[in-house]
Amino acid sequence: MAKPDRFLRAFVLTLGYGFLYVPIACLMLFSFNDSAMMTSWTGFSLRWYHELFSDQALLSAAGLSLQIAALTATAAVALGTWAAYVLVRMGRFRGSGLYVGMLCAPLAMPEVVLGISLLLMFVELGELIGWPAGNGMFTIWVGHVTLCIAYVAVVIQARIRDLDRSLEEAALDLGASPLKVFFVITLPLIAPALMASWLLAFTLSLDDVVIASFLSGPGYTTLPLEVFSRVRLGLKPEINALATLFILIVGLCVIVASKVQWRKEET
Amino acid sequence: MRRLFTHDRLPAMRKLAIVPPFAWLALFLLVPFLLVLKISFADLRFGIPPYTPLATLENETLTLGVHLSSYLLLFTDSLYIATYISSVKMALVTTVCCALIGYPMAYYIARANPKARNLMLLGVILPFWTSLLLRVYAWVGILRSDGLLNNALMALGLIDAPLEIYRTDLAVYIGLVYAYLPFFILPLYANLVKFDMRLLEAAYDLGAKPFQAFWRVTLPMSLPGVIAGSLLVFIPTVGEYVIPEMLGGADTLMMGRLMWTEFFNNTDWPMAAAVTCVMVLILIVPLALLQYNQARQFDSERRRGKA
Repeated sequence: MAKPDRFLRAFVLTLGYGFLYVPIACLMLFSFNDSAMMTSWTGFSLRWYHELFSDQALLSAAGLSLQIAALTATAAVALGTWAAYVLVRMGRFRGSGLYVGMLCAPLAMPEVVLGISLLLMFVELGELIGWPAGNGMFTIWVGHVTLCIAYVAVVIQARIRDLDRSLEEAALDLGASPLKVFFVITLPLIAPALMASWLLAFTLSLDDVVIASFLSGPGYTTLPLEVFSRVRLGLKPEINALATLFILIVGLCVIVASKVQWRKEET
Repeated sequence: MRRLFTHDRLPAMRKLAIVPPFAWLALFLLVPFLLVLKISFADLRFGIPPYTPLATLENETLTLGVHLSSYLLLFTDSLYIATYISSVKMALVTTVCCALIGYPMAYYIARANPKARNLMLLGVILPFWTSLLLRVYAWVGILRSDGLLNNALMALGLIDAPLEIYRTDLAVYIGLVYAYLPFFILPLYANLVKFDMRLLEAAYDLGAKPFQAFWRVTLPMSLPGVIAGSLLVFIPTVGEYVIPEMLGGADTLMMGRLMWTEFFNNTDWPMAAAVTCVMVLILIVPLALLQYNQARQFDSERRRGKA
């Protein structure tokens, strides 16, 4: 095998990873800056963190977002796993094309499309049967679940496909019902993927601005909505502090999860 | 040997098992979109909801009110037309930039030794997990005229006056490429890492030069990954709202933003619905391609599962 050109490789990778990480690094660095501007370094300070934790609007928005994200992730994992299992294990059935289509559409479809269409449906439903009475947690949750099912299904179907089917078939041969096989054999085997997709759905929900803009109602400001309304007009240093904490927490989780994964692969 | 869910086993149970996820998607994805289509043919009116009904039954007469006014305006007004062209152009340029940066990255990641590969892959996945909103926000502090980039360039003496990047199309391009680069790299990497190196060895044995081997063996073999990555960048970019809103100027025309303005600022729901339909119309070919790609993947995986 020919060795790839070392110089070119170093150049490409430095530039690529630099592009991905320099902005994040700048943001984190300047969250410790004393001045409100990101123009020059005036001294180390934790005042933006202090301000962040005394900002009631941001804190309550964060609380709401965490609730919605946890509820979203749980429902999306249940439905997404179900959908993925159906797809991988059931073969073609009438309408399976439409099924795959609907399942994968939210992966790429611009979020504005999902947002406006769900809002219009909730408005029409409200007119017709008086439910839901108004937009709020429930409507945001529905939107986020619909978005996240697609991501969960992609992660889970990859895992189910890699499973050794002889285990499931052995259980069937020993007389277990397909439902029991699913819960006793399949589910434990795909548990790491379930965890990963739960976290993915959680972060997707925690980050969504567009769908929540359409589906939230008065009194239901999620964290991204609050952040977006502040930063669309320029720099807000307390958001730098928030971003730093957010990125550190997510980064730590992802790194720990990957370490566990690698160790498993090695053994 | 017994198989899970073969045709002769519990056909009723089998059909029932398909229903719940299918019902959710039909109710919250398909039906809402059909409603958008319906409302795009309505007319604006004062009241709740702010659009005319499609059909009314009055004095035993069924009246269908199909209004084409939104579409007429959408297909004739030059500002709207400029917006479609600009959206598609921006999405295309973004996709090409992602390919130019992403292909070599994915290539070298796939060729690295397994330990380094895991770490490098993590480096691409990590930004994908962290908040898009916050990462785009990071660019505001860098690109502003009094921001880090201009300060650095001026300190180095490369420029005398600050560059105007923030609130221009260039800033939007930077933000889009930055945000969507992992979406290009990941599917391409998945393709490249499965590449059978013996094919390259064969090419070299037959006298191919490294570039020739790349151009005629590696690149064609990796095309499915390139296509998947390109579609995952192109399709959402056309409707992107957050990035042009945060980094672009008032003259940055994008469909997602146009629809947002019609909906939230002008409360013209039929118009917003019509813009959404046009957006989906523009995206229908790339979306179908993506579905085809995904379905083929599901199929081949099913075959592998059965083998």
